[in-house]
Amino acid sequence: MMNYDIVIVGGGPAGLAAAASARKAGIEKILILERDDRLGGILNQCIHNGFGLHTFKEELTGPEYAQRFIDQVLEKKIEYKLHTMVMDISSDRVVTAMNHTDGMFRIQAGAVILAMGCRERPIGALATPGYRPAGIFSAGTAQRLVNMEGYMPGREVVILGSGDIGLIMARRMTLEGAKVKVVAEVMPYSGGLKRNIVQCLDDFGIPLKLSHTVVDVEGKEHISAVTIAEVGPDRKPIPGTEERYTCDTLLLSVGLIPENELSRGAGVAISNITNGPVVNESLETSIPGVFACGNVLHVHDLVDYVSEEAARAGENAAKFVSAGCRDMAEGEDIQLIPADGVRYTVPSVINPGRMDRMVTVRFRVGAVYKNAAVSVYFNDERVMHNKKRIISPGEMEQVILLKDKITAFKDLKSITVRIEQD
Amino acid sequence: MESVRELTCIGCPMGCLVSVTMDGKEIKSVSGNSCANGDRYARREVTNPTRIVTSTAIVRDGDLPRVSVKTKTDVPKDKIFDVMKEINKIQAKAPVRIGDVLIPDVAGTGVPVIATRNIQKA
Repeated sequence: MMNYDIVIVGGGPAGLAAAASARKAGIEKILILERDDRLGGILNQCIHNGFGLHTFKEELTGPEYAQRFIDQVLEKKIEYKLHTMVMDISSDRVVTAMNHTDGMFRIQAGAVILAMGCRERPIGALATPGYRPAGIFSAGTAQRLVNMEGYMPGREVVILGSGDIGLIMARRMTLEGAKVKVVAEVMPYSGGLKRNIVQCLDDFGIPLKLSHTVVDVEGKEHISAVTIAEVGPDRKPIPGTEERYTCDTLLLSVGLIPENELSRGAGVAISNITNGPVVNESLETSIPGVFACGNVLHVHDLVDYVSEEAARAGENAAKFVSAGCRDMAEGEDIQLIPADGVRYTVPSVINPGRMDRMVTVRFRVGAVYKNAAVSVYFNDERVMHNKKRIISPGEMEQVILLKDKITAFKDLKSITVRIEQD
Repeated sequence: MESVRELTCIGCPMGCLVSVTMDGKEIKSVSGNSCANGDRYARREVTNPTRIVTSTAIVRDGDLPRVSVKTKTDVPKDKIFDVMKEINKIQAKAPVRIGDVLIPDVAGTGVPVIATRNIQKA
């Protein structure tokens, strides 16, 4: 069996940033395992710009952003294996993987960092009526086909779901000469970033129909048309509102699911809201020494935040290894409680003993709030009240908690994050 | 005559809702932005809107059939499809490095189109 201080599962933005920061923290034996034929993960197909504003103060495309981190990994001579599929992670941090050259192999890891990312929700998960002909793609599949393989899936496109990848692909297909007829979103608000609605739909006059969904798919061999209808507050189609669109392509951008089969196999506790591991302030899962970051933990909108989060996971994994793979908790854990519109928090528990100077708590809300505030309560006392013009489910929010404040507060049992309307 | 244009700032992922009060063609005030970029963006968006165009170009003998490209800086919004036409004509040859100029001046904008991905020789 091989031995590594840190094994990182996934060579996308999270895995790369975690590796670089673990090396900066002094860890020598680091191994990245990547199943694709190159490092960089999903950024390889995200050729649009807008990445890196927070990290590099400039606007990069996905491949450029990825290359900055790939270069760090290469410069630091961090080991990685491509075409390598991780089959299993055990609760005592033995990673089983396989590839063409090494066959099946096992690694005892001091710490494991889960950085497997997420995948797209498929049409099978939607209960959409109608046929299942060729021509139905997830937006990300179409993105890979167009941007990496140079293949256009179709010319007349309907998009279901207004997630960012769907919006980006609406523009991309339009630029490549396709006619994107409509984007239908079942919710009364878009799941994508505002800037993508402006730049990808408004710029090209592509209609976004909120509270609409696909109620019929036509075509036996290949898709020939879809029917879209308005839905009521119960998300059920309203009879009489149907509109038929002829098309040769239906793209789906209906949500992303953290890819946690390996985490579950290891026995890591999974949140039923984020579908990602439940983590503490160190981004450590319910299994000591197993950390998680990036979209496998919870789905992010911005890769900058993935990199930042992953760097923290890398540092914390390094700390765990340097301490002889021992938990450094002190005293009682403090629970983080999401309330009043806040759906979840990452992390969900804080132990001051393991905490750095501060911890970034990220969360999403369940509805659109205008002129509201993000409030933080220590026990029953309000300690933070950040006013916001808009808070929406499509954009991740955060609050920063300082260790000084937490340790100075007497008998702190719980920290509640809630949305308050003034 | 005063009118208000509501814009979503795309200067950064914040996506601030910015209001531009116009008197005819003259900008009277900009509000709702949280930084100077928002003010700049809103003023330009109502007078001369620009965008960075990203796409892919054919590359021969590479480890991928397409190389991703972008206009090095933003170009006028109404030139987007002219830029696309020129990008679709080029054929790069591997190896290609990030930053390599593939079109020196695209569609008369004075802006070059550059590679955004390294392509190794296959």
